Amino acid sequence: MGYETILVEKKEQITRITLNRPAALNSFDDKMGEEFYRALKEAERDEGTRCLIITGAGRAFSAGEDVSGLKERYGGDSRPSLGDHLRKKYHPMILRIRNMEKPVIARINGIAAGSGASIALACDIRIASEEAGLKQAFIGVGLVPDSGSSYFLTRTLGPGRALELIMTGRTVGAKEAENLGLVNQTVPGTELDNVVNSVAEKLANGPTKALGLSKRVVNQVSRLELPDALEYEAQNQDIAGKTKDHLEAVRAFLEKRQPKFSGT
Amino acid sequence: MPFSQILVETEPPIGIIRLNRPKVLNALNFELLRELVEALEAFDKDDRIRATVLTGNDDAFSAGADIKELSEATPVDLIQRNQFALWDRLKKTAKPIVGAISGHALGGGCELAMNCDIIIASETAKFGQPEINIGIMPGAGGTQRLTRTIGKFRAMEMILTGQPITAREAEKHGLVNRIVPIEAYFEEAKKLAMQIAQKAPVATRLAKEAVLKAFDTSLEEGLQFERRNFYLLFSTQDMKEGMKAFSEKRPPQFKGR
Repeated sequence: MGYETILVEKKEQITRITLNRPAALNSFDDKMGEEFYRALKEAERDEGTRCLIITGAGRAFSAGEDVSGLKERYGGDSRPSLGDHLRKKYHPMILRIRNMEKPVIARINGIAAGSGASIALACDIRIASEEAGLKQAFIGVGLVPDSGSSYFLTRTLGPGRALELIMTGRTVGAKEAENLGLVNQTVPGTELDNVVNSVAEKLANGPTKALGLSKRVVNQVSRLELPDALEYEAQNQDIAGKTKDHLEAVRAFLEKRQPKFSGT
Repeated sequence: MPFSQILVETEPPIGIIRLNRPKVLNALNFELLRELVEALEAFDKDDRIRATVLTGNDDAFSAGADIKELSEATPVDLIQRNQFALWDRLKKTAKPIVGAISGHALGGGCELAMNCDIIIASETAKFGQPEINIGIMPGAGGTQRLTRTIGKFRAMEMILTGQPITAREAEKHGLVNRIVPIEAYFEEAKKLAMQIAQKAPVATRLAKEAVLKAFDTSLEEGLQFERRNFYLLFSTQDMKEGMKAFSEKRPPQFKGR
């Protein structure tokens, strides 16, 4: 089934999902939420996809929730349950990005606000254009951070700086975001594709199983005590040690050549 | 003995039983249960086997009773089939069973998991008693074993809402011994079974029996029971060998006598 609100392109084991509602700054209406989630699921299942890029069309990465869609739910005395809305629409996609055992790159081409920032923060690696920015837009509409924003910000920045961004709702420019560790790299807009594609190619030709297991380990260890984290690493190393790619790397090392990874 | 619903392998000193109805998530029909009980009883009589690994596949340990088989049953059918007699025999398995559980362990699947002596779960395991959703309730020990394992309030929530819990929650509440990555749970269970299989067989048997007795007795009776089994082991050759090996600082050679 095709998509109306997103673009999905696949080239040389790299799948790129582009949020494609540029006139609405790629804000998430329910349709785009549903299509984006479906595309994530397909990319995860597709064995030919060894790296995923998420980006936006036009000047924004994503402005977050499309508030205009919520309008009719505020009629009379009625208020929608925002919690249920999040559980249904955003939680599955955030968890899917975090748990997918292949690398996911956020190509942050422009502003990433609200749940749009959450999606960028849920990715494994963030590469931003100099014109881009991250914005905790929630407080501006009298709400709290959601879709994982508070979680990712607090783990990256600590509570003090996380709360500053959450409470002021100010836009953090790409360069500052890089200095804070919120994005891995900031590059001029004209360079964005070159840099993102070269990182993606490298990852797509990497030992996919070990990349996925690394992500699994990083996801888990933050909630473990050191002895349990050590054990968890050891269990996953046992699994990685049995992959074809590990054997290939050992052989390549002995034969003094570059390994050729199959992802298995 | 040919089986059609399960796969039975022996790798002495351990036996491996896999539930094998993958198309229906290993739903427990009467035939599967009968074969499972027969296989376990055969292992109990087989001197080469000292522990069993019971498993399904990565997607499902077992999603529960075969609803198709059940929905057509009359009370008379149920009484005549006397499926619970099989569960009673299952309970009496003498040798230790290590459950290697991944994916769905729901309804009868959860109850079957709780019949294991030790549970190693994959990170994707899911435990639940969803019977309430189809207008019935657990019937193979779920209300009793779950309550004794995770406590009244959590058991009540699971049984009354039908909502399953994740492997992590199960681990937190003591329903599984530990969780390992999906690629490793079966090997981990085998390793554990192998470790148990190195111990003196009569001692593991009597120790298992004594632990399970704790569910059925007052502390006083349980202590009496434990003591009798303890004394009994002093009549075994393995006890003498174990103590001798200990003082000679060498690994014991147990014979099961």
